[in-house]
Amino acid sequence: MKLTCLSEGRGYYFPPCHIVNICGFRVLLDCPLDLSALAVFSPLPIVISSLLDEKASIHSGQSSSNSESVRQEVSELLDSKKLIQAEPWYKTVKSLQLWSIYSIDVVLISSPMGMLGLPFLTRLKDFRAKIYATEAASRLGKLMMEDLISMHMELRQFYGPEESGCPQWMTWEKLELLPRALKDIVLGSDRTELGGWMSIYSAADMKGCMEKVQFLKYAEEACYNGSLTIKALSSGLEIGACNWNILSPKGNIIYLSGSVFASATATSFDYKALEDSDVLLYSDFAACNDVDGEKNDFPPATGSSYSSNIGSCWETIPESWLDSDEYSEEMEKVSFICSCVLDTISDGGSVLIPIGRPGVMLQLLENISLSLESSNLKVPIYFVSSVAEELLAFSNIIPEWLSSQLQERFCSGQPLFTHIQLSNEKKLFVSPAIHSSKFLTSWQEPCIVFCPHWSLRLGPVFHLLQRWCADPNSLLIIEERADIKLALLPFEPMSMKVLQCSFISGIKLKKAIPLLKILQPKHVLVPESLRPHISCWNPKFSVQSFSENETVVVPKLKAFADMDIAMDVASELLIDTKMIEGKNIARLKGELLIEQGKYRCVVRNKQVLSSQVRPLLFVGRVDLDSLLMALKKMGMKVAAQSSGGSEHVSLIFISEPSEALIEVTSTQTTISVGDETTASLISEAVRSTSVCF
Amino acid sequence: MTIDCLVLGAGQEVGKSCVVVTINGKRIMFDCGMHMGHSDHQRYPDFSLISESGDFDNALSCIIITHFHLDHIGALPYFTEVCGYNGPIYMTYPTKALAPLMLEDYRRVLVDRRGEKEQFSSENIADCMKKVTAVDLKQTMLVDRDLQIRAYYAGHVLGAAMFYAKVGDAAMVYTGDYNMTADRHLGAAQIDRLQLDLVITESTYATTIRDSKYVREREFLEAIHKCVDSGGKVLIPAFALGRAQELCMLLDDYWERMNLKVPIYFSAGLTIQANMYYKVLINWASQKVKNLSATRNAFDFKNVHSFERSMINAPGPCVLFATPGMLSGGFSLEVFKQWAPCEQNLIVLPGYCLAETVGHKLMRAKPPARIDVDKSTQIDVRCQIHQLSFSPHTDSKGIMDLIRFLSPKNVILVHGEKPKMASLKERIESDLRIPCYYPANNESQRIETTHYIKAEASKSFLQSSLSPNFKFLKTISRADTGFVLNERAESCVQVCDDRVAEGAVIMQKDQHPKIVHQNELMDILEAENHKVQVAYCCPVCVPDEPKNVALSPGEDMHPVLDKCSLLHLLYTKLSNGFQDVTILNDGDRLQIQSFTVSPCLKEKCPHRIHVNPDSTSEAVNFCCTWSMEDEKLAWRVISSMKNLELKTR
Ligand SMILES: [Zn+2]
Ligand SMILES: [Zn+2]
Ligand SMILES: [Zn+2]
Repeated sequence: MKLTCLSEGRGYYFPPCHIVNICGFRVLLDCPLDLSALAVFSPLPIVISSLLDEKASIHSGQSSSNSESVRQEVSELLDSKKLIQAEPWYKTVKSLQLWSIYSIDVVLISSPMGMLGLPFLTRLKDFRAKIYATEAASRLGKLMMEDLISMHMELRQFYGPEESGCPQWMTWEKLELLPRALKDIVLGSDRTELGGWMSIYSAADMKGCMEKVQFLKYAEEACYNGSLTIKALSSGLEIGACNWNILSPKGNIIYLSGSVFASATATSFDYKALEDSDVLLYSDFAACNDVDGEKNDFPPATGSSYSSNIGSCWETIPESWLDSDEYSEEMEKVSFICSCVLDTISDGGSVLIPIGRPGVMLQLLENISLSLESSNLKVPIYFVSSVAEELLAFSNIIPEWLSSQLQERFCSGQPLFTHIQLSNEKKLFVSPAIHSSKFLTSWQEPCIVFCPHWSLRLGPVFHLLQRWCADPNSLLIIEERADIKLALLPFEPMSMKVLQCSFISGIKLKKAIPLLKILQPKHVLVPESLRPHISCWNPKFSVQSFSENETVVVPKLKAFADMDIAMDVASELLIDTKMIEGKNIARLKGELLIEQGKYRCVVRNKQVLSSQVRPLLFVGRVDLDSLLMALKKMGMKVAAQSSGGSEHVSLIFISEPSEALIEVTSTQTTISVGDETTASLISEAVRSTSVCF
Repeated sequence: MTIDCLVLGAGQEVGKSCVVVTINGKRIMFDCGMHMGHSDHQRYPDFSLISESGDFDNALSCIIITHFHLDHIGALPYFTEVCGYNGPIYMTYPTKALAPLMLEDYRRVLVDRRGEKEQFSSENIADCMKKVTAVDLKQTMLVDRDLQIRAYYAGHVLGAAMFYAKVGDAAMVYTGDYNMTADRHLGAAQIDRLQLDLVITESTYATTIRDSKYVREREFLEAIHKCVDSGGKVLIPAFALGRAQELCMLLDDYWERMNLKVPIYFSAGLTIQANMYYKVLINWASQKVKNLSATRNAFDFKNVHSFERSMINAPGPCVLFATPGMLSGGFSLEVFKQWAPCEQNLIVLPGYCLAETVGHKLMRAKPPARIDVDKSTQIDVRCQIHQLSFSPHTDSKGIMDLIRFLSPKNVILVHGEKPKMASLKERIESDLRIPCYYPANNESQRIETTHYIKAEASKSFLQSSLSPNFKFLKTISRADTGFVLNERAESCVQVCDDRVAEGAVIMQKDQHPKIVHQNELMDILEAENHKVQVAYCCPVCVPDEPKNVALSPGEDMHPVLDKCSLLHLLYTKLSNGFQDVTILNDGDRLQIQSFTVSPCLKEKCPHRIHVNPDSTSEAVNFCCTWSMEDEKLAWRVISSMKNLELKTR
């Protein structure tokens, strides 16, 4: 097995990407897009938000006067002048392009975000891999892609049809002019990533991609090519998100992606199903961030204090400890957000929530509407997205993919989510776009708006941000990100309040080690930065580290592969054994099958058992004296002659029942005979006097 | 290794389905149903046969419930809450959601109508359901380290599943009730091709072949339409779940198409709640219903309203779905008493009615008739009666198709009538050559199972056996089945190779047997391979051959002497005689398996044993060698060579 980490990714929105070679099959793990890189582009400089005041119908197209005002708007907004003013392109995992697409056999998708880059691959002529994803992840992934395409098309209306070939901003002259921060994003810190940029895929590309996906349930066994059995197991990160268990005849491999022990919306992390693996590929990078961020909390890994802290309770950690605090921490976060929302509304401000995680979004929608209800505040909630309606409808028919809390709620007779009721009561308004007349007539401020896109460069969020960025009473709720300054740059100066929150998107360092202890893998692959933290525990498993764009070869797990022998074959073996050198030896009869990643020797045709094995194997030497004896016993007339020398050739002449000659050397016996009866007698004699099977 | 199959219910009858299967030490109870036809101890399976002491937690590994019908789940709350079973219980998500409604419905019927002491309470139902683990289709659940189970779509009712169970190498499927043809709201049963020691299948329609449902659906709709057109009221007594939603979907759709305004009612809040469940569980409906759900959820009935008791005698036509089914008491019976005497009205009986229920009496009645509703009441029935007999069970063709597809080593029939089961057993044994049993209640059946010896195979053995000379066994495609059975496409690629024989097994005490390639074997044994060969220089008659040509190298070479053409002549002759084997001709020699033959021009060949000195005159010699295992073949070839005449002109 070989592992090449193509990208370590960055949290929820940009999951890691690897290529693993298992039993000769090349498996691509996830195919994400780095959408945070959209920050280098200037957002669409068109002002729709002012229309909300007029509640009037929208202009279509751009009159010349309109585009003039647009120019002005842009210049007012700057400092963001340095941002690239062009139709955005999308940043894929660059190293993936160095691989021959044809050589990829299997693609495994771990989360909706993990498939956003997939249409770039599937539209290639050489793409032939089998794609596996859970039903729910692929459905959400499809919605995200549809939304992305639709938001992009809105931009294209402004920029006009795409120029053919390389866009202006990608020429080196222009790139040289970019500020360093932007250059770092466009080209990567090693300045090699320009090739990863792609212009958006079409709706047809996306559709073609979805047609190639095989949808799985959690824990459904899919069999690739008879030799790999592949299972998706819930990771808790998102609705439909999963870890993978890949079973091959040479052992099983776990791909552990970002996992959440107790998720409020999605099915929780099914870690019990990951026990006893041969290789565990630990690709949850949340703990790595802990390593950077929580250095103060955790003394260096080599320190003994660290070991004794958790080490002492090593054996006694109850498994419930793993998911104990997480759920309540997340719920606290949510209720804090709700209280901020309430405060803002009470102050007459509006709240803008461009959060792109479906699970979190559904949970916030649920909790915010509840807290509005309980504090008797009547403000409308809007959900603006081209896929809003479908997403909400979908969320209401998937109890199998949701958390146990939601399932219990369903079994007790309540709907999974209350949003149907909210729309019926006219508390929630769902609209495909901000400029639909239905939306404009229902518009009312203050209000709460859920909308895409979290990059703050695409979709309705931009219009609303422009509208509210100068309002100190309004509130923007976004996820914590390192490039927050850049993200908000086009909206500076911001008077609007900004609440940055981080939702859990992986396993924390303090839980990573107990988890591995419980899972008991034989061999673990961890990110370089985690290695010291894991190794210092002297774990029972071997540890190997990986880093981006390096290929790691995993030492061979076992020299022998597991194989099942059917009872009827086995009992036949017992009849026909020869004892040689203290070992029982027999020849194998039957047929070899591979079934669901398992080698099997079976008999489907009973004749196979009665047929003679071929070729016959003779071991060691033929003993001349006993051969002569045996021949004589059969009533043959024999004469022997030995020639000395190095060759040690012995000859046996047979004159009766018919003429024959046997030549015996230390490595070979040749029987020259012209009569079938005599020949079979001699054969029998040779077989009976030598070790043969 | 064996599977022991103890039939506690539905053995040679329909009702109280319950089969306890012991596989390699694990014990699974499939279904825990009650019998609607009994009100004494026979109502429940005889659980004491599982454990006399009543320690069910240790006696059973788990319970699996296939669907929410009472004959499959009716005894579950009794078993868990009264008998005290606390172990794991598995069922699909819809069954978990819908079963409590069904159980509650039934409990009320018992208490209200029969006035019986309750067997279990509402709390019992709730507590029981808390112990249930819900599963999704195709999800492989590990009950414990050794026991895995998996659900497959069964049609029949929403959430109905067949269950696969595997312990070690032994595996089986219990079908529960299933339907092999899709209907308006549910799809057809779907299952993978699996290696099975046993299939336990229902056999309700063991000997019936059913025709299309669509004719009967149309008759049903027309009857209702006619009735409401003439101002009549339609009563459809049904249980809360399943049939009510299916018929309601038909009606709702028909109402839309015909633009009818006559109200459709559901009797109690209970069924409205059931509709909510159906809406959320739409992914378990048929593909057609699912596809439509993007625009409108088919269970979102537009024309359906809830019904108040005060509306029973309100004027005007209407359609009312009322619980319970079979007119066995409760609200539906109450409405029946009011509506039955009026000729305009229509009672639709959707499906099976138990003996002694009013529904059962009605099925035989020819109105106008008088019917005893209870000991003291008689009703004058003048209304029309429409019986709807379509049932979501597979017919005998479906059963045969499923068994043929799964090809298990054994079949057990349950959930059917004894004489019909007997005839189905005959068919399964004669047509499919699979042993088939149909034990009666409280009988058990033992079955031998597959068992594999765990071994380890070396890389070079596997390589030699797998490349490049393997054949892919084609799976037979069978277009004759009308339902969908998954070929599990990739998983059943089976690679078959006759070179397995190059493997040798090494068995040592306390170790897994090791399988190695024969070439590795000598190294492991630290021995040499001794080569044993048999040879014969065989004279073949060549009539036109001038004598002693071979001995006069000075002369012009006669064309016959050309090794190649001699060999070719032989090749042509042998090819005719040995069409069952492959003969290779590389120009120097012919090869058939280990047997090789080439013209021998040597003056004196050690293998030239003159058996018959007379026949050498016109002969050319061919040297033959072979290994012992091809003895028979070799002598067959040689004897035909001896009888040959190689004509050169
Ligand atoms: Zn049933
Ligand atoms: Zn049944
Ligand atoms: Zn010869």
